[in-house]
Amino acid sequence: MKKSAFLGALTVASIAASAAVAQDASTVDQIKERGKLNCGVTTGLVGFAAPDANGQWNGFDVGVCRAVAAAVLGDANAVEFVPTTGKTRFTALASGEIDMLARNTTWTFSRDVDLKFEFVGVNYYDGQGFMVAKDLGATSAKELDGATVCIQTGTTTELNLADFFRANDMSYEPVPIETNAEAQQQYLAGACDVYTTDASGLAATRATFEDPSAHVLLPEIISKEPLGPLVRHGDNEWGDIVRWTLNALIAAEELGVTSANIGELGASAGANPEINRLLGTEGTLGEMLGLDAEWAKRAIMAGGNYGELFAKNIGEDTPIALARGLNAQWTEGGLLYAPPFR
Amino acid sequence: MADLSFVRSEMLPERAPPATEVGIVKWLRTNLFSTWPNALLTIAAFYVIYLVLAGVLPWLFGGVWTTSSLSECREVLQGDVGGCFSVLTERWNQLIYGFKYPTELYWRPNLALVLLAFAAAPVLFFDLPRKLLLFTAIYPFIAYWLVWGGPIGVPVTAFVGILGAYLVFERFSASNFALGALGGVAAAFVLWFIGGYLVDMMASENPLLTPVASRDLGGFMLNLMLGVTCVSLSIPLGIALALGRQSSMPLIKGVCVIFIEFIRGVPLITLLFVASVMLAYFFPPDATVDLFLRVVIMITLFSSAYIAEVIRGGLAALPKGQYEAADSLGLDYPQAMRFIILPQALKISIPGIVNVAVGLFKDTTLVSVISMFDLVGMIRGPILASQEWNGVYWELLGFAALLFFVVCYGISQYSQWLERRLRTDHR
Repeated sequence: MKKSAFLGALTVASIAASAAVAQDASTVDQIKERGKLNCGVTTGLVGFAAPDANGQWNGFDVGVCRAVAAAVLGDANAVEFVPTTGKTRFTALASGEIDMLARNTTWTFSRDVDLKFEFVGVNYYDGQGFMVAKDLGATSAKELDGATVCIQTGTTTELNLADFFRANDMSYEPVPIETNAEAQQQYLAGACDVYTTDASGLAATRATFEDPSAHVLLPEIISKEPLGPLVRHGDNEWGDIVRWTLNALIAAEELGVTSANIGELGASAGANPEINRLLGTEGTLGEMLGLDAEWAKRAIMAGGNYGELFAKNIGEDTPIALARGLNAQWTEGGLLYAPPFR
Repeated sequence: MADLSFVRSEMLPERAPPATEVGIVKWLRTNLFSTWPNALLTIAAFYVIYLVLAGVLPWLFGGVWTTSSLSECREVLQGDVGGCFSVLTERWNQLIYGFKYPTELYWRPNLALVLLAFAAAPVLFFDLPRKLLLFTAIYPFIAYWLVWGGPIGVPVTAFVGILGAYLVFERFSASNFALGALGGVAAAFVLWFIGGYLVDMMASENPLLTPVASRDLGGFMLNLMLGVTCVSLSIPLGIALALGRQSSMPLIKGVCVIFIEFIRGVPLITLLFVASVMLAYFFPPDATVDLFLRVVIMITLFSSAYIAEVIRGGLAALPKGQYEAADSLGLDYPQAMRFIILPQALKISIPGIVNVAVGLFKDTTLVSVISMFDLVGMIRGPILASQEWNGVYWELLGFAALLFFVVCYGISQYSQWLERRLRTDHR
């Protein structure tokens, strides 16, 4: 165990020379050669990514990883989940340790441009919300004048909160806290009237309370937090694959393709030409991506379409109980709008 | 005239001492209620103890051990006070081994831990027969093979290299210490280089033990492995650094001083970030140094700098006469250090070294910030993020504290025994 250090260093030196060549190969080729997709996820976030008691990763972000793996490699389980923290995620992606990052990452200008990443889309529209005890009687964030607010320090939520209260000409007293765990305890102990963070986080937090129904999430969302998967700059073919896999999941829901009826719809060309193109029974979309015709079919079969993934991991039947809200299809008043498959 | 003088002619029988001067009453009076302020403090202290126990004991004994989620715990408890210890039983394997180590292979780290006891015993308790040290010498290779698996050639090659180095050192060190040391290092590298090719050639498709990647290690096992490896590596390195800092050769002294001062001036967490994040930029994507190895190197460097300073304190505490005595016996520098100076200096340094070792062991939890799933990383990440157990804090973190306390208290008790055992002065 101890002395193997030297041996490791030696082997590394020899591998280093040979591996320098492999770097030129495209990301897709590397993944196919490896037989596994290296997908960066969180070290654990309720509903979005967490391993269960058997070590199997589950969650909404995990579903995106599995769909991409199914599209490229034909196996939804051919994913090496690389857990990353908020601090290590971007270097892991930039250094090539992971092929894509699906880790609740907000799409911002500087991350996209300055850090040289490419956000391929949005898989969850989040935003900062407020949670209060029902006893408080507040039904809108505009009634929170003079409230004490638990807020995580050093985050954008702190700035958003200040802006919101100033814009509405209200005052508040901040209770600074460090982590979400601390916030739960403080809020339950009554140290603050209001707890504010991302709405999905609030819902997940509320789900762990002894009596979740005694707390309400106020309707106001005061910031934009579009979360989406991202890849490195420089390999557009790979970026296209991830982007259109995500779009395929979203389009599948819009077109009514579910994991239940996909076998039937994908068996032969049907009446709806867009479904046919999506599932590869018509046209050559898969070939254009450098994949086979059934790529999207496999991606959808991996965990279902967007709506099914949502319902299974964070939807209203789960303890987290998030409503679709902004994450509904554009036809139903939400923001999900997959470009046409043609 | 009657003789009224009284002379006692027999002893009075012994009488029982006053009730206030014996037994429990006397003990209570002297220790707990000797003065009014003390009595008040005693009562206040008892009240505090009562409050703590009244809070903790029902929680501890009213706890639930068999449910499969926090909400089920709450149903069972029906509002009563009680811990939800089911998380410990349900996620026991994850807490101890991490969530990726294959379940059917748990016997391997377990066996390595049992063997560790045998390997460490002759080092820790020097009354045991010295021949047991042979097992200690081969233990690291056995443990590596057990935990990581893979082709047996790797640990064998590593062992042969070390053995070769040792033989060369033995052959030459009697005449020239430096020649022996350098020759040993050279021999080891030659053997590893040859062995590396042999291992590659002979590697079979199905090694005897299934290989396990470093990324799959986790839980308290990872803490223990990091702690044991880094402590055992950093003590020799620390001794070398301490001696180097005292050296009269300016180059060696300069290098050691700069190294120690640099490492001590940088937080461990920064070094860990460098290990996990920055190094990835310097290697091609497919060829990185194993993450476990990177972390071991960084923690070892960190603690060796501290240990070096502790040992330097021990060296400085020795009277100058000891150095002169060694010189007057005609011993050269390595002999003087090995036979006269270091045994005394290390004895003085024991409390400091143990202090660093305990600190190092607890610092291994810092690896959770670079997404390695040690015990704390498992708790903060996967377990608290699962839908079943989100919200269970006291039980999990209390368990982690208990495990760490057991180990650290053990280390500290051992060091006290060692100090008593080695006490040769007449204080």
